[in-house]
Amino acid sequence: MNRQIALLVTLVSGVLMVLSGFLIPTQSWAEDVAEWFNVLASIAFVLGAANLAKIHLSKISSRDEGWGFSAVTLIAFVATLAIGFLKIGVAPLETAPLVSMSGEKDGEGSAFWWLYTFVMSPITATMFSLLAFYVASAAFRAFRAKNVEATLLLVAAFIVLLGRTFAGVVLTGWIPDSLSFLRLENLSTIIFEVFASAGNRAIIIGIALGVAATSLKIILGIDRSYMGSGD
Amino acid sequence: MSSQSFIEKLDAIDRRWIFLLMALSVGIPIFVIGITGTRFPESPTPTSLATFETIEALPEGARVLMSFDYEPASAGELQPMATAFVRHLAHKKAKIYCQTLWAAATPLIEQTLRTCVIAQHPEWIYGEHFVNMGYQSGNEGVMKVILTDYKQSFPNDYRGTPAAEIPMLADIVNTSSFDAIIVVSAGYPGSKEWVQYVVSPTLTSEKPTKLVAGVTGVSAPQLVPYFPTQLKGMLAAIKGAAEYEFLVNQAVEARNPGVKIPAQFMDAQRRMAPQLFGHLLMVGLILVGNTIFFARRRAARLALA
Repeated sequence: MNRQIALLVTLVSGVLMVLSGFLIPTQSWAEDVAEWFNVLASIAFVLGAANLAKIHLSKISSRDEGWGFSAVTLIAFVATLAIGFLKIGVAPLETAPLVSMSGEKDGEGSAFWWLYTFVMSPITATMFSLLAFYVASAAFRAFRAKNVEATLLLVAAFIVLLGRTFAGVVLTGWIPDSLSFLRLENLSTIIFEVFASAGNRAIIIGIALGVAATSLKIILGIDRSYMGSGD
Repeated sequence: MSSQSFIEKLDAIDRRWIFLLMALSVGIPIFVIGITGTRFPESPTPTSLATFETIEALPEGARVLMSFDYEPASAGELQPMATAFVRHLAHKKAKIYCQTLWAAATPLIEQTLRTCVIAQHPEWIYGEHFVNMGYQSGNEGVMKVILTDYKQSFPNDYRGTPAAEIPMLADIVNTSSFDAIIVVSAGYPGSKEWVQYVVSPTLTSEKPTKLVAGVTGVSAPQLVPYFPTQLKGMLAAIKGAAEYEFLVNQAVEARNPGVKIPAQFMDAQRRMAPQLFGHLLMVGLILVGNTIFFARRRAARLALA
């Protein structure tokens, strides 16, 4: 029965969203459905937090490999949550100087702000920066002209890598204006706006058709994978 | 040592040497630029130029919604764009409405407003000239709602002040109330979703939504097909940021002759030198890798013969 209710909600919501594009009176109903989605998205945060706690607590209790990392994750999670909720170190608002928790939780100088600025930001930026090292290593070991397609990719990569920096200007700046399209920075733009754009248009059209087909299957209850295993 | 054994040794090189080379090729230029302040001249590409012209064409007092859809991980690439956008808007005396669909971005909005608005235009009043509407969960669900009713998704600002008490929100009904929308995005939800859910439904209307975007290098190719119809301008990666920053600085200097541009407003241009040497190293590594590949293939053929 529960599953049938979920399927009915999906059917009604999906059909309403489609109709709202064509029938003006149904637009306000579709807006309500969109608002339900936003409420559900907020609840998903709570579910996500519960899931995170469940997985890592289970790892710690069974002493799985790397359980120490799970402990660090949980400690960091609980500490951040507590600091945010309790507004530790938050300066009170000028309008309410006697109310210690009246300020913003991540206002400059608060403990939450400190965590964000000096822990979260550097850690996430470091993780992202590591890509440069792995890409360099991969470029040396894997980016090889093994066939025609790989060679074309290699030539395009060379043009873009050089054309997107000042090296392009230095290397091909001497080319006369009448042949300026041959300058690396212009070739890079041509690759970007002609070849990459054409390829991406094809991909976008393919994805759009796929999304339409999948959406129809979900609305009609043919695809029920979103309700979990067993369907 | 024969050339063959040298090639084999080179092929089996410990990747930590490559890591070291990358660290040096990025680190040394950062150090040198930090001391000398040198930067390379920029010649703007059509997408960056279109971005600048779209913002430049806005009248004084134009209402511009800016969505900071990224987090600190990609701030290295996107923060200079956000800074240049807000600075340009402030310079144009536009009304700036900030928001985000990424939970970790609200402090980035505050930081950008502090740097570009509060510090540069102390006479500006919060709620009249600029506002931070904060974060709203729901991804494209939020976009669908603000397309018809902005305040339904953002009933309060970041500080909890009701929308009804914020003067600059009085005449905001939906996304069509804005003269332009700027999205700085690192992924999902981002510029692509803004095009699909906010711009596309208005394309055939009397007032199509003007959207410009600043995106990371990896997501730029996915957005090029939308330029120039759905996207009026696009900044692609730190190169796009540097070009736009250069144009904004030029415009500021033209209107205020003799003004000194602070270093914090040249961040993107200063990051082009590490990018140049990083790219040169990549090109060098690809060339060496392919030399090894062809030498080994030739040796294998000779051995078979």
